[in-house]
Amino acid sequence: MTVAIDIEKCTGCSGAREAQCERICPGGLLVREGVKVQLRGGGACWDCAACVKSCPHQALYLILPWPLGGRGARLYARASATETEWILRLPSGREERYVIPARINQKKPVPEI
Amino acid sequence: MTGWQTEFKETDIAIVGGGVAGLAAAITAREAAPSSRILVVEQAHPERSGCLAAGVNAINAYLHPGETAHTFLDFVLREFMGIVRRDLVMTMAAGFNKAVDRLAAWGVPFPRDREGRYLRRGRHAVVVHGERIKPLMFQAACRAGVEFLNRTLAVEFIVNEGGRVEGLYALGIKNSTFYIILARAVICTTGGVAGLYSPSCPYSGLIRGIGWYPLFNAGSGLAMGLRAGAEMTSLEARFIALRVKDTLAPTGTVAQGIRVPQVNVHGENYLEGRHLTTVERLQSTLAEEGAGRGPCYLDTTRLTPAEARQLEEAYLEMCPRMVLWWGDHEESPRDKPLEVCPSEPYLVGGHSLSGYWIDSRRHTTLPGLYAAGDASGGAPKKYVSGCMVEGEIAALSALEDITQHDLHLTCPGETAVQEAKGRALAPLKRTNGLVAGELEARLHKILDEYAGGAVQGYRLMAGRLLIARRELKKLRRECYRLTAGDSYDLMQAHRVVDRIMVASAMVEHLLYRKETRWPPYQERADYPVRDDSRWMVFINSRYNRDNDSFIMLERPLEEEGGL
Repeated sequence: MTVAIDIEKCTGCSGAREAQCERICPGGLLVREGVKVQLRGGGACWDCAACVKSCPHQALYLILPWPLGGRGARLYARASATETEWILRLPSGREERYVIPARINQKKPVPEI
Repeated sequence: MTGWQTEFKETDIAIVGGGVAGLAAAITAREAAPSSRILVVEQAHPERSGCLAAGVNAINAYLHPGETAHTFLDFVLREFMGIVRRDLVMTMAAGFNKAVDRLAAWGVPFPRDREGRYLRRGRHAVVVHGERIKPLMFQAACRAGVEFLNRTLAVEFIVNEGGRVEGLYALGIKNSTFYIILARAVICTTGGVAGLYSPSCPYSGLIRGIGWYPLFNAGSGLAMGLRAGAEMTSLEARFIALRVKDTLAPTGTVAQGIRVPQVNVHGENYLEGRHLTTVERLQSTLAEEGAGRGPCYLDTTRLTPAEARQLEEAYLEMCPRMVLWWGDHEESPRDKPLEVCPSEPYLVGGHSLSGYWIDSRRHTTLPGLYAAGDASGGAPKKYVSGCMVEGEIAALSALEDITQHDLHLTCPGETAVQEAKGRALAPLKRTNGLVAGELEARLHKILDEYAGGAVQGYRLMAGRLLIARRELKKLRRECYRLTAGDSYDLMQAHRVVDRIMVASAMVEHLLYRKETRWPPYQERADYPVRDDSRWMVFINSRYNRDNDSFIMLERPLEEEGGL
């Protein structure tokens, strides 16, 4: 069980036919129950983070379960048109940010290295 | 079965599986024949399904200046000890670079040098910011006019009286719909098989999902093919990946991406100066462990801060859990070397040799059925670009097939449909019996202990394999006791049945090859030597449904496709 859902932030994408994370999960592991999304069969979660990137409210994040760590770090993501921003919240509360190109903006090509 | 409706669909080409191979096939078909109807049947959603759900940070099959399809073939022949289908590798390699150009055209960012060339990451690889490769391919497919049937699990091919595959039965998991999909040709791109063995780094059984290859790839397409009588090849050529311990993150990101030394516990670079193949690097690592010089590591401690950051970013594009692991330990890649370990064995045609036996047009031995990508065998080292090319070739062959032959599809009769529906939904009707997880646990136990799992050091021997054969035969009968409470359970039930079918065939292959060809992918403790005088052949199999047995065949290396 490696994805956690912040119940406060989750709106269940109310009004939509299905929640974004429910739509995208490759394992069909996320289901809307009432107005919130729940993880089922979470043991099979592959940490692909598709749901994390899809959530419009950043209600989902990856966690490292106790056999591997369990110190409470969280990995959030936010996808914009051309980049994916990752926010790594460390157990100490400090945050690291990574912004990674994810799609070519036709007007602004990827810079040369 | 209450509430399960039946729906009928008809299309020109049905593509089973919306991963990289499937989407490439679909786009190619629509571009080549804009009036054709192309339907992708996908168990999840193609935007993030398949083994590239998280993304990818390198395209590992590309011909840089100076390389040709021939030099790539030489490389693959060496990597797989000569057991390779030359026709498949040559036709695939010829399309690598165009496939990469197509990805770039669809908006996938590739960093380039001053001359505009893709950045090299090893002899055959280019760097890519591929976190969004699947969404971008999906968008390209939508623009091309491909139709989709999502959250739909394929369960059985429809085979007409003449033996031609004319579509498939599938289960709509979200809408409780039994689909009869008639198609003039079918392309199977369901990927490889994970979840046959238990994870090589088990964690009290709580977290099954940590593997390198996704558990959602249960070998459905291969099992469907076996049940319909298709010929499979090289299921004994399992694939075991060298990965970062506990996270099962790819090691290529570090070894090729950043070029750090791979060392034993004494800090000695045990690979230095040795020109080893992928499987030999894995074997060398196990040998270090065996000689008491483990654990082995990728030494990331000498990276500069900028390189460490670059490494974290590369992992976010492919395996974000690795960055989370460093974060949870409040460590940088520079603080500690990364311990490596072998994964559990998988069957993956894109890395190793196992899958459908196909001809150079990617046609299987069943008329009307094509296969591509991780589901097809004989051409290893496909990776992303090779899977795309195979999908493209399969699509063009299927189009040619259906335009040349005047095919009249006949819907299966009412009785046949009701029987198929009954079989597919049977677990929902049973009240007493087994759940999928129970059968899966037994499958793991049999394969781990008797068919060369990690606990056996991956080593195989006839005595144990014969026990595996016997136990799997029993397990195939237990499948008739599976129960399911809802449609998710039903999907899991189908997946375990499919895994058991593929595992049964794999064990026959493991028994048949009486030599050691690719240790530790395939290492016979009772036949420890490689024997080129006897075993320079493909080992193929066909399932005989009538008496629940397997027919083993040998195919020479030279014969193209053996068809």
